Amino acid sequence: MHYANVIYILWIRQLKRYLRSRARLVSSVAQPLLFLVALGFGFGPIYAKAGGGDYITFLAPGIIAMSMLFTSMFGGIEVIWDKQFGFLKETLVAPVPRVVIMLGRTVGGATVAMVQGLVIFLVTLVVGFRPEITPALLFAPLVMFLMCMLFTALGTAIASRLNDMQAFPLVMNFLVMPMFFLSGALFPVDQLPRALAIAVRLNPVSYGVDGMRATLINVNHFGLSVDILALALTASVVIVIGALLFNKIEA
Amino acid sequence: MSKIIEVKNLVKKFKDFVAVDDVSFSVEKGQIFAFLGPNGAGKTTTIKMLTTLLDPTSGSIMLNGFDVMVNPNETRKSFGIIFQDPSLDTELTAFENMEFHAVLYGLGRKTMDDRIKELMELVELWDRKDELVKNFSGGMKRRLEIARGLLHHPAVLFMDEPTLGLDPQTRNHMWSYIKNLNEKEQITVFVTTHYIEEAEKVADRVAIIDHGKIVMQGTTTELKEATKTDNLEGAFLALTGRSIRPQDAGNDAMRLGARMWRR
Repeated sequence: MHYANVIYILWIRQLKRYLRSRARLVSSVAQPLLFLVALGFGFGPIYAKAGGGDYITFLAPGIIAMSMLFTSMFGGIEVIWDKQFGFLKETLVAPVPRVVIMLGRTVGGATVAMVQGLVIFLVTLVVGFRPEITPALLFAPLVMFLMCMLFTALGTAIASRLNDMQAFPLVMNFLVMPMFFLSGALFPVDQLPRALAIAVRLNPVSYGVDGMRATLINVNHFGLSVDILALALTASVVIVIGALLFNKIEA
Repeated sequence: MSKIIEVKNLVKKFKDFVAVDDVSFSVEKGQIFAFLGPNGAGKTTTIKMLTTLLDPTSGSIMLNGFDVMVNPNETRKSFGIIFQDPSLDTELTAFENMEFHAVLYGLGRKTMDDRIKELMELVELWDRKDELVKNFSGGMKRRLEIARGLLHHPAVLFMDEPTLGLDPQTRNHMWSYIKNLNEKEQITVFVTTHYIEEAEKVADRVAIIDHGKIVMQGTTTELKEATKTDNLEGAFLALTGRSIRPQDAGNDAMRLGARMWRR
């Protein structure tokens, strides 16, 4: 009961922080919107001419996945903020196993990222995206949840080893951006050059993007069950590694 | 009397720098123990090791019967700490910070509500409980940290420079509250401070640390007798010399970093 309460209070903390930071709310909508409009309408005609169909329809699930990727990685990396503001110490000396602390944070960060994904979903509707209503749609929340847990835990794992925010742009440029661009969020992955195809296949974000497409527009590359399995497996592994690294933090 | 803290041959090295050098001491249950030393003497590093935040390079620490390294979780149930550096969530309100702490420490709803009110009144923040901490002044934040640290009643209460930057009124309130806790609930208090006269007033035992080593320990009277001085501050200066110490650089960089991001 005590641990459940602790997870709850950590979860609600993340939500409060998210909802109170208006600047963060605005900027987190602005970027995906820019991608949708600029890429969606910019490449739309060419994509249609090449026989791909409606590019906005193809792009929207990728952009929803992108915003969840960014938000959840950011939510995990927030551990560094808490280190610098000193708040992390408060949780590290508490009579609660650190695994519980790590899980509470991760669930909180993942929930924020899911809310964010939902907000962007609404934005895509405004821009003209229309999801396919199929039974697969029911699995969308599961794909979103797994993806958000995976990347919040990954962010936490990385942040556990870092001590200052200067590392943040490094993580963005050398991990998050490559994962995003090599995920098929922006382009179909069916006929890629071999090297790129391998990179896409090894990239966990690809399965999130593919899962979003499978559930929202009923189009996919790997298959929904493969997507869910891949996400669930990587998420479990990363959560375990994250918990181990979090357990070793010294303040 | 039983020993509630027992530290033996404690060493902490950061690369080549020895922050804590073969320190041994013990604290009896129910005592107020003052741990004094100039800046950079190793006080905070020692506290961090005692509170499971840092792993020692070597040596052993027993706290409330638990080996701190072997059994960090049980150890954490035995102590509370008021940190020297800020450790509040500034994006939450004062009340939310208190509540967060109470939940972490598993306080029941009734105890939680009663104590939060009692302590926030003690530090005169009850009427501002729903304000975000980021809008608080430095002194208000400090008071909130103290109130939060006293929420659960642990076996051992660590206080690292608790009264730094507080006005005499608050300091007096705080000390009488702690004295009372110490007497009523047999809570052991481990305190570091630069206000030596404060330590002289409240401490049952004093240890003075310098350059990572304990130079002397005993009661206030013992220390004064040994150094032939008539107050504890005199004894402190006699033992540690009069030169001013450089602050620990690593710590400073961290504090500066935190300040930068707070803007």
